[in-house]
Amino acid sequence: MDNQGDRITLPPVNAQHTNMTCHFCIVGCGYNVFKWPENVEGGRAPSDNALGLDYTKQLPPLAVTLTPAMTNMVVDRDGSRHHIMIVPDKQCVVNSGLSSTRGGKMATYMYNANGLTRERLKNPRLYIGDQWVDTDWNRAMALYAGVLKHTLDKDGPDGLVFSAFDHGGAGGGFENTWATGKLMFTALQTPMVRIHNRPAYNSECHATREMGIGELNNSYEDAQLADVIISVGNNAYETQTNYFLNHWIPNLQGGTADKKKQRFPGEATPTTKIIFVDPRRTPSIAIAEQAAGSANVLHLDIEPGTDVPLFNGLFTYVVQQGWIDRDFIAQHTNGFQDAVKTNQMSLDDTSKITGVSVEKLRTAAEWAYKPKSSGQLPRTMHAYEKGIIWGNDNYLIQSSLVDLVLATHNVGRRGTGVVRMGGHQEGYTRPPYPGNSKIYIDQQIIQGKGRVMTWWACNNFQTSNNSEALREAVLRRSQIVKEAMQKAKGASDADLVNVIYDATSKGGLFVASVNLYPTKLAEAAHLLLPAAHPGEMNLTSMNGERRMRLSERFMDPPGSALPDALIAAKMANALKAMYQAEGNTAMEARFDGFDWKTEEDAFNDGFRRAGQPGVPKIDSQGGPTGNLVTYERLLAAGNNGVQLPVKSYTDGKLIGTEMLYTDSKFDTPDGRAQFKPAPWNGLPKTVADQKKKYRFWINNGRNNEVWQTAYHDQYNEFIRARYPMAYLEINPDDAKELSLSPGDIVEVFNDFGSTYAMAYPAVEIKRNQTFMMYGYVNGIQGDVTTDWTDRNIIPYYKGTWANLRRVGAMEDYQRTVSFKSRRFI
Amino acid sequence: MSNDCVSRRTFLKIGGSSVAATAAVIVHPANAAPAQVKNTGRTLLPYPSNPVASASQMTVGTPLQFSYPDASSPCLAVKLGTTTLGGVGPDHDIVAYSMMCTHMGCPVAFDAKTNTFKCGCHYSMFDAEKGGQMIAGQATEDLPRIRLSYDEKTGKISATGIDGMLYGRQANVL
Repeated sequence: MDNQGDRITLPPVNAQHTNMTCHFCIVGCGYNVFKWPENVEGGRAPSDNALGLDYTKQLPPLAVTLTPAMTNMVVDRDGSRHHIMIVPDKQCVVNSGLSSTRGGKMATYMYNANGLTRERLKNPRLYIGDQWVDTDWNRAMALYAGVLKHTLDKDGPDGLVFSAFDHGGAGGGFENTWATGKLMFTALQTPMVRIHNRPAYNSECHATREMGIGELNNSYEDAQLADVIISVGNNAYETQTNYFLNHWIPNLQGGTADKKKQRFPGEATPTTKIIFVDPRRTPSIAIAEQAAGSANVLHLDIEPGTDVPLFNGLFTYVVQQGWIDRDFIAQHTNGFQDAVKTNQMSLDDTSKITGVSVEKLRTAAEWAYKPKSSGQLPRTMHAYEKGIIWGNDNYLIQSSLVDLVLATHNVGRRGTGVVRMGGHQEGYTRPPYPGNSKIYIDQQIIQGKGRVMTWWACNNFQTSNNSEALREAVLRRSQIVKEAMQKAKGASDADLVNVIYDATSKGGLFVASVNLYPTKLAEAAHLLLPAAHPGEMNLTSMNGERRMRLSERFMDPPGSALPDALIAAKMANALKAMYQAEGNTAMEARFDGFDWKTEEDAFNDGFRRAGQPGVPKIDSQGGPTGNLVTYERLLAAGNNGVQLPVKSYTDGKLIGTEMLYTDSKFDTPDGRAQFKPAPWNGLPKTVADQKKKYRFWINNGRNNEVWQTAYHDQYNEFIRARYPMAYLEINPDDAKELSLSPGDIVEVFNDFGSTYAMAYPAVEIKRNQTFMMYGYVNGIQGDVTTDWTDRNIIPYYKGTWANLRRVGAMEDYQRTVSFKSRRFI
Repeated sequence: MSNDCVSRRTFLKIGGSSVAATAAVIVHPANAAPAQVKNTGRTLLPYPSNPVASASQMTVGTPLQFSYPDASSPCLAVKLGTTTLGGVGPDHDIVAYSMMCTHMGCPVAFDAKTNTFKCGCHYSMFDAEKGGQMIAGQATEDLPRIRLSYDEKTGKISATGIDGMLYGRQANVL
């Protein structure tokens, strides 16, 4: 092959074309997949390649994004070899042909035995003796289902613990959430389940939902129509890239002014402004200043964890000024006066607590809420993400924010919305959770509870709060089972099941992981089950504006890997057969309904049956009109899909919903939105104690280039060369005090744990604050996060304090890694 | 990136049908077309060797624009002032890069204060001191580095090839 990476094989005109929604971040950009046999290729003339581009000469800027990363060679199970190319779709209204640095690598991340995905799990693997050995699905199921059954029969479901995705995109989707949910909640009936990114089975948006407002209530187009965008704890350039670049930036640059005039006749369209609420100067802020001009950007750089007083202060101020919609409040809401009373906070007090000047607070209120010259209230979109979701009391911050939004009627009007920006895509369809309370699963594991732990398409060794304590407990407990298994030489599967169960009675934990790769969990696991991802299976998900698409299967998964939905079915069917064999018809019946041949069968069983007459309750983001959606209809809808909920299927098209609550009827029993009092309680004691003891705030989060736990990225030299280790941004004066140079290794430690990072001095970081890359594979930030959670078991991932200690210099990092500012200035 | 090298052994291991297909070719050798391609012994693109500048012309903070490998591909040579990975010239500090962002081909501007290249379209940034490494941004490739050679006798610097893929081309050499 050509090893120079300086040419690309073009798809011939007749290359197979399928649709793909990017399976990484929530935005869900549309991409086109081309696949063609290895021995043919397209030509440079526009009529000779499937892209229709003229490669006989240099293409002009913005004509395409097509890089070597967007190509690969794949082998199907029949042995045939094909080129693939995955390029952004210009016709998709989400991204209009833009490609992000994550989505642009989708082709690279498809399986290639000699490519950087070569570490993919191809077959089930069992840790036995002192080694990993391949095994087949029958053996894997005999053991796994055997241990599940044994536990279920002896102790009931409480010994069966799961940590599983609840989202869309890769490692998720409506097919897979349904299948796993049906297995866990209907068949096994275990309440011992946590979600991939939080240590219990709970929502990240309890407050706003209780107030009657679902968290994805507008369209990406509303960001083009807003007079003001308020971005709270959200760094959209890096985490919802093409939503920011394709919808926010055009508005900030004035490119949507005509559209606004057309949509809102008789209404002033002032210069668009943007307000960021974030203790940190994020890359998004620097870029917004470039796009909109500094005069139109306001950064409310609050003290960590002081969101509640900020929104309470603004709420109190706008009520005093009368910049509220009294008719809307009177006709469509409840509880306004209680909120006014409880949330009462003067601008002076707000300023003292948040560290933001009164002048800035007043400017923010004037920009966002003061009636426009034409008399109407401004259309202000409030976008929030992990700064709130993982903030100081998720529940109260959301309450205080949505109170402010309701008073100023910034929901249900085009150009407004109070929305979470999201991480993964969405894709939730499950039976109701079979428990009455929320269980802090990690603590249960740490306390020795549970016998079988299954991590499903997630990796809490890298992503949980207080993760060092979790890893320590799991490794210690799994070792007990490993040792027992090692001694059971020549044991039959049934005997081995007994051995494993007995070991779990001595403090052991049997650990299984369903995933694309071995991941760090392989250090503890006994069984690894190989899963498939989009492209290797058909998968449906919806993005942050509820836009549902079908990503089509275009190649086979590696080895005997399977879609998660069919893995869940294998487990259920194995259990069913075991109960059938012993004549236990009652238990056998619990595992009915998994006779699926394809992932589409799972889709039809869950998403399409929700809300239908005679069907037991299903919680589905498709709602009761999900039955109108079929694979065939989604295929016809292409990369633009349909925005849920579907209103109808008319003239061969699915008709969706652009914005929720345009009729001011909210999701409460009486249809009125509910104000919620949000008192300011300061920092939680656990966190405050760390703050008292340790000097540096360890703020943390994602960056643009790395997706999730770096499960693919860790094998990619483009990423590994840039981020060989989790970086820790630190103020240069603080770095100097600690004798830290760029690229030095630093230990980060507090009462909860210790981790390591690569020092990255950055002038944009304030004194005594830091920002560490979250969830990374080399340097796990969660090790120093506390075990504190709010009333709904939502951790305060963003809030921990620690000390720093220089460990040493890393000459290699200093020589090869850039330590230039990540802010565009 | 594209990785075509699925080994023949892996290929044969994968399925019986592919073995059969190979066998079919062996049984009917007359079906195989004779090779028409000339020069199959070469795998490198025919990069030209073009003069760029005299090292003595280059001063820190004053980059030099040129085209390579042809007129439609703007590049920039920079004297960084400190010895740099891949740097040429008497001080090993002269480097050159493509000026087309690898993301969508917008022109990247050189910031002499920080020795970085910045793209105003989608805000990608590349570090001239670290081989064009993307500092942050939307590209999936670092900025292509123009391979330079330095003739100590004449002090001439020439462009001889490219590390990385230029935007908007099927191959770096048209």
